[in-house]
Amino acid sequence: MSATNDRFATSAGLSAATVQVLTEDGRFEPTDAAAEYLPYLDSLTDDDFRRFYRDMVVVRGFDTEATNLQRQGQLALWPPSSGQEAAQVGSAYAAKPQDTIFPSYREHVVATIRGVDPLDIIRVMRGVTNSGWDPTDPKNGNVRVYTLVLGTQALHATGYAMGVKFDGKAGTGSAQSDEAVIVYFGDGASSEGDVSEAFVFAGSYQTPQVFFLQNNQWAISVPVKTQSRTPLYLRSSGFGIPGVQVDGNDVLASYAVTAKQLDEARAGHGPSLIEAVTYRMGAHTTSDDPTRYRTSDEDEHWRGRDPIARMRAFLTGRGVGGEWFDAIDEEAADYSADIRRRTLELVAPAAELIFDHVYSEPHAGMAEQRAWLERYERSFEADVPAGSTTSTQGGAA
Amino acid sequence: MTELTLAKAITTGLADALEADDRVVLLGEDIGKLGGVFRVTDGLQERFGIDRVVDTPLAEAGIIGTAVGLAYRGFRPVCELQFDGFVFPGFDQVVTQVAKMRYRTQGAVKMPITIRVPFGGGIGSVEHHSESPEAYFAHTPGLRVVACSSPQDAYSMIRQAVESDDPVVFFEPKRRYWSKGEVVTDVSAVPSLDRARVVVPGTDVTLVTYGPLVQTAVDAALAAEDDGVSIEVIDLRSLAPLDEDAIVDSVQKTGRIVIAHEAARFGGIGAEIAAMVTERCFDRLTAPPLRVTGHDIPYPPSELEDHYLPDLDRMLDGVDRVMGVRV
Repeated sequence: MSATNDRFATSAGLSAATVQVLTEDGRFEPTDAAAEYLPYLDSLTDDDFRRFYRDMVVVRGFDTEATNLQRQGQLALWPPSSGQEAAQVGSAYAAKPQDTIFPSYREHVVATIRGVDPLDIIRVMRGVTNSGWDPTDPKNGNVRVYTLVLGTQALHATGYAMGVKFDGKAGTGSAQSDEAVIVYFGDGASSEGDVSEAFVFAGSYQTPQVFFLQNNQWAISVPVKTQSRTPLYLRSSGFGIPGVQVDGNDVLASYAVTAKQLDEARAGHGPSLIEAVTYRMGAHTTSDDPTRYRTSDEDEHWRGRDPIARMRAFLTGRGVGGEWFDAIDEEAADYSADIRRRTLELVAPAAELIFDHVYSEPHAGMAEQRAWLERYERSFEADVPAGSTTSTQGGAA
Repeated sequence: MTELTLAKAITTGLADALEADDRVVLLGEDIGKLGGVFRVTDGLQERFGIDRVVDTPLAEAGIIGTAVGLAYRGFRPVCELQFDGFVFPGFDQVVTQVAKMRYRTQGAVKMPITIRVPFGGGIGSVEHHSESPEAYFAHTPGLRVVACSSPQDAYSMIRQAVESDDPVVFFEPKRRYWSKGEVVTDVSAVPSLDRARVVVPGTDVTLVTYGPLVQTAVDAALAAEDDGVSIEVIDLRSLAPLDEDAIVDSVQKTGRIVIAHEAARFGGIGAEIAAMVTERCFDRLTAPPLRVTGHDIPYPPSELEDHYLPDLDRMLDGVDRVMGVRV
């Protein structure tokens, strides 16, 4: 780490203010800061705990498979979610069906929990579509499309939440119909002006929304210390928005904190910020090489805080046996194999589709370019028959 | 039929749009009690309430970005950006989000957002208040970019822009805000938003322009008549998509074209039109297409703006040159 970065030294780790429910070795020992969130765990059953674990394991398997697919030339890029499963599983389960999710581009766990087919994420990263799923289709759980321009989605979420408020769909006291919005972004994106502007608008209009910041310690190669001199959960307080820090590798704490903050939002009590302290165990994307900027000691430290291991220890403590864990591993393997099979079956869409949906109706210039491209590309097909001497369709078109 | 200033025609259009569709919301800085810095939204907040005419924090990316979210929610936002020189903090949201959302989602999410921008010089203002940034937007597929020039078009086009399911960057010629004209509020018979209009028919030279220079071009056509030169004035109205056929039809008749705009020449709308006309009317041209534009410099201090802005004499000079009268 460079001297420049060291000048900005703040703790990227946890403090007495951090909400934690499970210790690193999986014991249920909530911190004092967790007290006000604990009632949100009361309704969870052992089935829920198992479900949380199952989703973390299955999506990590998918994530690993997708990374491999990229390495094998099947995907253009893959941004791994490995290490961030607890923050995503906990927050995703805290959202109600009527809530709306604005993701960044690493929310594979959130998206799949809400109903998005993981193959639709693969399609984006393979380059067969710019956004893989229809965000207006109910089966996709109100998950809006991935956003690659960092921080822009914070404003989209805030505008959407303003609309919820204009529609009178928050603060009515109805648990079934009051809506909230949750937007995901990272420690790097927190430096974008759009995020600060979203705080301003959210504060001014008291929007029903939660800003969910996954602090995974690294914005590609730049450590969080360069993004902020203060812990990121304090960032929003100057905007009049309360912030809370949670151990993002603790799925129960992530669930409880998000459930409470979303409830507050739905109840019309305004926006809040959650900083989930976690770690990007893999590379930023498959184009990255973390060995150039991270130490193996750091990796080792965070591997010891693996969110899946923590939940497994917790479940083991509650009497879940090895066979059940083996069955989950098997399910994850099948899930990944299915993704691999379907990925290899993907075909590029027809070329003329690149002109679709630029405008609500085609216009003359675009129609002409589409027609030209078709003629041009067909002109090569006309050359295919060896020894052919006569001009064919390409010239005639 | 009522006589209205161009500014009031837009006010009326916005009021009628708010009345016609309760999903229309206005967003902008100072658009509430003040009625906007040009008073274009005067009285609208009082009439429609603070949730329909929303005074926003002073943040252009915030205005456009929240409009994206509102559009996602099914609203039809109309954003006011105060001046041409202040669009750039919101530029990223316009180009990477507003323009591409429909394409990105293969038609699932439309962005019926209107972004109003008062533009152009000639009002003796300070830096950043007189610019013509339209080419930046016209270069971006997915946006409709239009400029109105008369009270009637101001009314009709703002109604059409708000009703459009595509995002529209709506340029308003600020130095013509106070020009008056008759306005009919029945828009059923007006030309569609992407059509150019022949303002003055003519036979010798096609003079193409838009926004604040349309009136200048009409004046130039009148002046040229005295010299026996017949100028056909075309008001583009839509800069993107461009109504190419309207321009080509005219040039097929005249064989000569002058394109005028306040924006700098390099990479401007005029360059696109000159290239298009050269490609499509090469055999018919009796003179090279000619541009009468701002210079390739930042907008100068306003005491010197007369040296920058194309005016009637510079348009006539351009006409003389394509006629071979001057070199």
